[in-house]
Amino acid sequence: MLRVDGITAGYGPVTILRDLSFKAEAGQVTCIMGRNGVGKSTLMRAIIGLVPVQSGQITLGKVALHALPPHQVPVQGVAYVPQGRRLFGPLTVAENIEIGLLARKKGPQRRDYVLDLFPRLRERLDQVASTLSGGEQQMLAIARALCLEPEVMLLDEPSEGLQPSMITLIHETILRLRESGIAIILVEQRVDSVLRVADHVAFMANGRVETVVPRSDLAPDSMLFRDYLGV
Amino acid sequence: MSFGPFLLLAVLEGTVMAAVLALTAVGLSLVFGVMRVVNVAHGEFYMLGAVLAWFVTYYLPFPPLLAWMAALIIAPVLVAAVAALTDVLVLKRLKYNPEATIMATIGLLYMLQQAALTVYGPDARPVVAPFEWRIQLPWFGYSGYKLFVVVAAILVLMAVWWVMTRTKAGLIMRATQVDRDTAQTFGINVNRVYAGTFAFGGALAAVAAVLIVPIQQAHYLMGHDPLLLSFIVVIIGGLGSIRGTLVAAVIIGLSDGIISMFFSPTLAKIIATLLVALVLVFRPQGLFGAKA
Repeated sequence: MLRVDGITAGYGPVTILRDLSFKAEAGQVTCIMGRNGVGKSTLMRAIIGLVPVQSGQITLGKVALHALPPHQVPVQGVAYVPQGRRLFGPLTVAENIEIGLLARKKGPQRRDYVLDLFPRLRERLDQVASTLSGGEQQMLAIARALCLEPEVMLLDEPSEGLQPSMITLIHETILRLRESGIAIILVEQRVDSVLRVADHVAFMANGRVETVVPRSDLAPDSMLFRDYLGV
Repeated sequence: MSFGPFLLLAVLEGTVMAAVLALTAVGLSLVFGVMRVVNVAHGEFYMLGAVLAWFVTYYLPFPPLLAWMAALIIAPVLVAAVAALTDVLVLKRLKYNPEATIMATIGLLYMLQQAALTVYGPDARPVVAPFEWRIQLPWFGYSGYKLFVVVAAILVLMAVWWVMTRTKAGLIMRATQVDRDTAQTFGINVNRVYAGTFAFGGALAAVAAVLIVPIQQAHYLMGHDPLLLSFIVVIIGGLGSIRGTLVAAVIIGLSDGIISMFFSPTLAKIIATLLVALVLVFRPQGLFGAKA
């Protein structure tokens, strides 16, 4: 289980997250929702180690992630699919996958497993990543993260800018990953997406998680969506 | 000598120049490409390589070929160590801030220069060529060692290309070049990559120096020209682009060699600098660089 206990974090003198706490269980999808600028992406970047934690703790099992240098966090089994994908654009699909395999020293078996999940990528292994379509780029971003064989997966708005059929594919992939026992933390703005895949929804405001609600307690017209997203 | 043979001689001289320049400039380009550091001290790594080559060949009681081969290993390794140390002690502490690292490497330039002046002295000293071999053409004789320099530089450049495109280390360097943050989220220790890249860049400059030092003499001020020409090549080729650097090195090396022989070395530098100005005005990203 990944626990975030009372963290304060930000960029230089600017504090974005304030005394933020929540947890993500194995085999569950925890969605993070909130208006633009509340710190959802900063939270993801703090968990993966790219934003320094000023106080509080982030732990995965007994490992204190916040105390590790950034490059050691993925070695513990935390994978990150950033907003905007951030592929290694000039590198080929095969090379992006290869980078994903490095941190936890995974071999051809893992590579094949990931490419079986996204057969379209197998057809484009020698293609430069930046020339893929938006949907294919998102597939590659997820595939590259899955190469780590992660215990925790952070997905920051994976459906952003994608056509509906591709969003459905991403949802199906998330649900399959959940079944395999991965703890998934998903930043998402789309209510329909959240209602489809989430087990819990954490609503953020002012740099804090203010409430965590089970999916079963939410409906498309719930007041919480109106209060925290303005929809 | 009639025009044809004179032109051939100029082209040969330009090719030697291009080969050594390509090695030096690729080091500078790699460092900028991966680390976004403009290493103003790159020419001093070249000078240090030449001076160390002189020390190794002078003090090792080996025949010239063996002594020179020892220098070809020892000088780049020592220069790489100096570069790695510089990265850890200076550049990392400056968080690779572009402006701060320019100032720091200017400081390093003078430190290395003065250290060489103190230890090695102000004299220009020759390094004995590893072998004496002269190719007799119908019009003139030409140094076989100079042609060896061209072949050796091409082999080293091919090795660099192979490392960058076919090895795990190259893949890691290219990934770090594209996106430092994302590289870290896949377990890449960017501090180690940076130290390695800076050392690699320094070692390439030192290899170029060891190759050239039997032709030119080792001198504590010899880093100026390679630095200027490397910057010219890297800007024309496109900052961070190895392919562009190689193409620009051939253009600048050949033109420098030819213009120097037919007219004067000063005119060659003027034209190269003018070419940089034109590239900066009409194609600021260089011939092969990506648009910002």
